[in-house]
Amino acid sequence: MTLNTFNLPDVGEGLTEAEIVRWQVQPGATVAVNDVIVEIETAKSLVELPSPYAGVVAELLVQEGETVEVGTPIISVSDTPLEDSGTPVENPPAAAHVPGELVTPPPPAPASSDAGAPLVGTGPKADSSRRRPRTGRPSGTAPAQPTTTTAPAPATAHVTDVPSARTPAAASGASRRALAKPPVRKAARDLGIDLADVPATGGSGEVTKQDLMSYQAQRDAEQDHAPSFWGAATRPQDERIERIPVKGVRKATARAMVESAFSAPHVSIFVDVDASRTMEFVKRLKASRDFEGIRVSPLLILAKAVIWAAARNPSVNATWTDQEILVKHFMNLGIAAATPRGLMVPNIKDAQDLSLKELALALNDLASRARAGKTQPAEMQGGTLTVTNIGALGIDTGTPIINPGEVAIVAFGTIKQKPWVLDGEVIPRWITTLGGSFDHRVVDGDLSARFMADVASILEEPALLLD
Amino acid sequence: MATPRLPAAEFDAEEQLDAHHLPEFPRDPSGMVQMLTPEGELSGSDFRGYAAAEEELPALYRDMYLIRRFDQESTALQRQGELALWVPMRGQEAAQIGSARAMLAQDYAFPTYREHGVAVARGVAPADLLKLFRGVTNGGWNPKDSNFHLYTLVLAAQCLHAVGYAMGMQRDQLAEQSLPKAATMAYFGDGASSEGDVHEAMVFAASFNAPAVFFCQNNHWAISVPTEVQSRVPLAHRAHGYGFPGIRVDGNDVLAVQAVTRWALDRARNGGGPVLIEAFTYRMSAHTTADDPTKYRLAAEEEQWVSRDPLTRVEHRLRATGTGDDFFRQLEEESVQLAADLRASVLSMEAPGLEHRFATAYAEAHPLIQEELQAWRDYEAGFDVEGGAR
Repeated sequence: MTLNTFNLPDVGEGLTEAEIVRWQVQPGATVAVNDVIVEIETAKSLVELPSPYAGVVAELLVQEGETVEVGTPIISVSDTPLEDSGTPVENPPAAAHVPGELVTPPPPAPASSDAGAPLVGTGPKADSSRRRPRTGRPSGTAPAQPTTTTAPAPATAHVTDVPSARTPAAASGASRRALAKPPVRKAARDLGIDLADVPATGGSGEVTKQDLMSYQAQRDAEQDHAPSFWGAATRPQDERIERIPVKGVRKATARAMVESAFSAPHVSIFVDVDASRTMEFVKRLKASRDFEGIRVSPLLILAKAVIWAAARNPSVNATWTDQEILVKHFMNLGIAAATPRGLMVPNIKDAQDLSLKELALALNDLASRARAGKTQPAEMQGGTLTVTNIGALGIDTGTPIINPGEVAIVAFGTIKQKPWVLDGEVIPRWITTLGGSFDHRVVDGDLSARFMADVASILEEPALLLD
Repeated sequence: MATPRLPAAEFDAEEQLDAHHLPEFPRDPSGMVQMLTPEGELSGSDFRGYAAAEEELPALYRDMYLIRRFDQESTALQRQGELALWVPMRGQEAAQIGSARAMLAQDYAFPTYREHGVAVARGVAPADLLKLFRGVTNGGWNPKDSNFHLYTLVLAAQCLHAVGYAMGMQRDQLAEQSLPKAATMAYFGDGASSEGDVHEAMVFAASFNAPAVFFCQNNHWAISVPTEVQSRVPLAHRAHGYGFPGIRVDGNDVLAVQAVTRWALDRARNGGGPVLIEAFTYRMSAHTTADDPTKYRLAAEEEQWVSRDPLTRVEHRLRATGTGDDFFRQLEEESVQLAADLRASVLSMEAPGLEHRFATAYAEAHPLIQEELQAWRDYEAGFDVEGGAR
C-alpha cells in the first residue's frame, strides 16, 4: 500500500496560502483522479481542487476553516482500499452538467508519491504579505460562485456559511527569514547552511556571497589553499614545515581525547538504519505551521531518540569514578559542533524535559551560537551524553571518542538513498549508519547494543516516540 | 516632383472596398455569418466551395471534443500543482478548430497563449503545449515543423510578427515563383484589439497588401473588461477604416468559421490583401487559472452561452443525420486515453538546467553569451568548495 500525500498547490500566480473551505470527501471515500476533493479559497478566488490520485482517502490533514501555506500536506490517499472501507462516501457531483461537457475519465495509473510535490508556490513566501483576515460577509449579498474545472456550478448554499469571526493567521508566524539573493540562497542550501546563521553585511541587511564564503572559510581554509599548499623542494626544509601553536580549544580537545581514549576502554558498535520514515517525519514537520521558521533536521529526531533510549537503558547516561558509577537522572545532551575556534561540545541542559519543538529551538540556538563563536564555557560543562553529527560532511560513520566524564557517544552518519532489502525486494531507502562508543567499565556489550537498537528503532519509526 | 493626387484618387481604396463582393454568406438575424444554428440546423450547405462538406463534420467534432478534454485535463493538472498556470479555452473550440482547419500546410499561424486548438490542429503535440506552463521551457515546439509560431505572451505583438512574416512571404513569392502561395494568420482577442500593435499591424498590412488574415476571437472578456468597453461598434467594422474587409462570424459555428477563414486565406494568398475576421464567441471558463470570473460577470450570462456551446450544435447535427452512439463512445475512449497520456507526459517532464538557457538565446554561438555563460560557471564554481551534503 502506498500512501500518497497531496500538498496544497499554488492555484494562482505566486499565492502563498489558502483556506480550506470545505472538504468534499471524507476518510474512507473512494476517489478517482480529477474527482473534486476540496474547495479552497485563496486571496484571488474560490477554487475546487481535483484529486491527483486514485484510491481511498486515508486522512484529511487540515481542518475546514484553517488557512495553510502552499506546500502543506492536506490529504493522504491510499492507493489500495482499506480493510474496512465501509460504505463509500458519495461524492457530490463536481459541477452542473454542461451539454457537450465530458465526464471525468477513469483514473490513469496513479502517480508516484513524489509527484505530489507542487510545482509552484513552494518557494519562499513574500515577506509579510499575508492577507488580512476576512470579516464576515454581509448576509444579503450573493455568495461567491465556485470556480470549477468544468462548468461554473449554480451558486450553492455552503459558501454563505462562513463564520464571521475568523482568527487571523497567527501573527507570531512572522518569519525570521534572512535576506539574500537567489544564487546565494541556493548556494547556502546546497552547502547545508542556514542563512539565518550567517552574519549579514549587505546594504539592506542581506547575506552577500562574501558573507556566505567567509562563513564557510573556517572549514574551507585547507581546501582553498590546496593549490599553494605544497612547498617547493628547493626551499629549505624548515620553511616547508608550518608550526601551529597548540593552544585554546585545540589544546583542550587534545587533552580531553587523550584522557578519554587512554583511560576509558572504548567499545564501538555500528548499526545501519532505514531512516526513510524519519526523513518523511522531518518533511512533515518542516511543512507544519507549528514549526514555521524553525530549522528541522534529522538530527532533531536522533536527539529525541537518544533521550528516549537513554531512559530505557539508564547506565549509558552516567559517569565513572573509580569508586562509584553516577547514573544521571537528567539529560544534558551534548552536541559536537565544528566552530571557528575548533571542536566544541556544548550541551542542552535538561533535554529530557523539552518538547520536540523546544528541542528543535534549543538545537538551533546551540548550533548558531557555536558557529558564531559565542558558546559560553558553562554551556560545555555538565554534559551527560553526546551526539556527533558527522553526516553533515557526507561521512557514513566513524568511531567517536567519548567526551570525558561521560560513558557514551553516538555518531550520526550521512543519510542517503541506498539499496535496501525489504520483504525480499531491493528498493531505494534513506539509509544512515549509527556509530556508538561506550565506556566498557560501565556499559557492557549487550547494554550498548540494546541502547543502539532502541535509538535505531526510533529512526526507523519516529511514531514510537509517542508511546 | 510628383503631381498632387486628387482627393478622390487618394481614397480610391474605399471605393474598391465598397465594391468588395463579399460572398453571400448565410447570416443569422443579427447579421453575422452562420451556417449551423445553435439548434443544429444547417442554414447554408454550400457556398462557393468554401464550406466543409457534411462528411467532414465528424472530424471537426472530434477535433473540438479532444481539445476540450485536453483543456480540462490541463486545468486539473494546474489545480494539482503540476502546472504553474493554465489558460483555459472552453467555449472557443469552434473558432480555433474551424480557423485552423481552413489553413493549408504552407500558411503560418501566429497565436496568443490560448490557441491550444489551433496548435493541435497544426500538428503540435498536446504535451508540448504544457511545457511552457510547467516552466520547463520558453517554447515547447519548433515552429518550423508545424508553421505554428510559439505562444506570444505579450498582448498583440504577434499581429506585427504575422504582418512582417506575410510581407516576407510576399517577397519570397516575387523572388521564387514556384513557391506555393501562402498567407499568415494573426490570432488575437478583443482585449488585444485595443493595443497599439494591432493598429500598426493593420496599417502595415493594408499599406503593403500583405497576405495576412487578422483572426480576432471576441470572447467578450478581456480578463474582467467586457467588449463594450473595448469598442462602440462591432470589432469587424474597424477593418473598414484600414481599407480592407471585416466580417463577423458566429465563432461558435465551426462550419461558418471554417468557410469564412478559407475565403479570407484564399483571397490573401491570391493578392487580395488582408481581411479581419471577428469570431463572435465566449470564454466559458476563467481567463487563466489565477482568475475568478465570478467576481466580474453574472452566472446568467454564462448560462446563456451554454445554449450556444460550439460542441452541442455539431452533436445535434451529427445525431440528426444518423451518426451512431458508437462514434461518440469511441471518441470518449479516445479522449480518456489522451488525458491519461497527457498526465503521464507532464509528470515525467524534466526541467533543463540553467546552462540550457545560454544555449537557446541565439541560434548560433555568440561571444557575449559565451562570456556570460563562463561568468555564470565561475560564479557557481565559486561556491563549490564543500561537499554540499544536506
